[in-house]
Amino acid sequence: MQKLGNTLVNMTVVLTLVAIVTGVILAYVNNVTKEPIDEQKKETLASGIKSVMQDNNLQVVSTDTVKKTEQEDNKEYTYVIYSVNNAKGEPLGKAVESTTMGFGGALKVLIGFNTSGDIKGYTILETTETPGLGAKADQWFQAGNKGSIIDKNPGTDKLKVTKDGGSVDAITASTITSRAFLKAVNQAYAATQIDVAEEETGVAMASEVGEQSNN
Amino acid sequence: MKKYLDIIVNGFVKENPTFVLMLGMCPTLATTTSAINGLSMGLATMFVLICSNLVISFLKNLTPDKVHIPVYIAVIATFVTVLQLMLKAYLPEIDASLGLFIPLIVVNCVILGRAESFASKNGPLASIFDGIGIGLGFTFGLTLLGICREFLGSGSVFGVILFPESYGALMFILPPGAFITLGFLVAIVNKIRGV
Repeated sequence: MQKLGNTLVNMTVVLTLVAIVTGVILAYVNNVTKEPIDEQKKETLASGIKSVMQDNNLQVVSTDTVKKTEQEDNKEYTYVIYSVNNAKGEPLGKAVESTTMGFGGALKVLIGFNTSGDIKGYTILETTETPGLGAKADQWFQAGNKGSIIDKNPGTDKLKVTKDGGSVDAITASTITSRAFLKAVNQAYAATQIDVAEEETGVAMASEVGEQSNN
Repeated sequence: MKKYLDIIVNGFVKENPTFVLMLGMCPTLATTTSAINGLSMGLATMFVLICSNLVISFLKNLTPDKVHIPVYIAVIATFVTVLQLMLKAYLPEIDASLGLFIPLIVVNCVILGRAESFASKNGPLASIFDGIGIGLGFTFGLTLLGICREFLGSGSVFGVILFPESYGALMFILPPGAFITLGFLVAIVNKIRGV
């Protein structure tokens, strides 16, 4: 077959057709995979909550989204707080989704706190950290490992890397990721504290939180 | 049949993208921090390469010369996006470990390079085999590099611990280690090929 010439009509028609066909294919694939992807995300979250709370028979009783501007960098962060009860209906604590900027992009962590604010467990939900370096964060801070933060309480223990005067060993060659991770943990803890205060003092505090997020 | 076998051998040995053509160096150096990452990246690239080679060899006469690059890139980007969505939906672990390198397959010069130098001049079947050959060569190169770096850097291969991590030289997992390991591997391959 003769190759199509470089006329304006040919070029326009070919490019348009290619764009339409690839667009249709992508729309179709997106449509087909949308449900499994959402399903995966939900499953990751559900099994994440179970693993960070160290309890397989828990139930999520409420989900709150808290927006808060941090003093440190004057940026607004969003936290999702899942309040969790055990099978008997007694409160277990809270699992908090917290996002900070890591080395390669957003680092989204789910951290489980018991009712007194001790860290029960954590899991990384989304990460773009460097494989082999910062991506090690999923294991590094777990119980029994070098940088373990399990059973520590961000309210009383200073959760910072040793370089910044804290007590947590940073991941080898990944101080930025470690800082981002601990920032996510500390801010998550702070977010649960507002939530508690809000429940205790009721409407007055809640409106203050609202004002804060408007700043 | 011999012709197609030759195309595969050519892609794997004579025109190995990693050790001979030196194409696609960015993912080669960046993703090979461990053997499994190198292998998954190689296979992901191979999938895109085979599909894009096939489609481009069908489109070669329908594409006016002046717009062939945008057309090829659109085709490649489509397959990469399809791959990414599929991985997210059905193999989330791989998606999580390769992360942002999957979308970057679009600009991997191995793929555009083969589209230009092979698929736009040959028939669909030959182009598929070229995709398989070059894809296997690329996967082999990345996996080998990943094995060496993971072994030297953290003392394990495919996650199997061979010696304690504390004896590993961290440098091999960091970017300089990638350049050094690649240099040695290219030297060894050149010696074997008798260049």
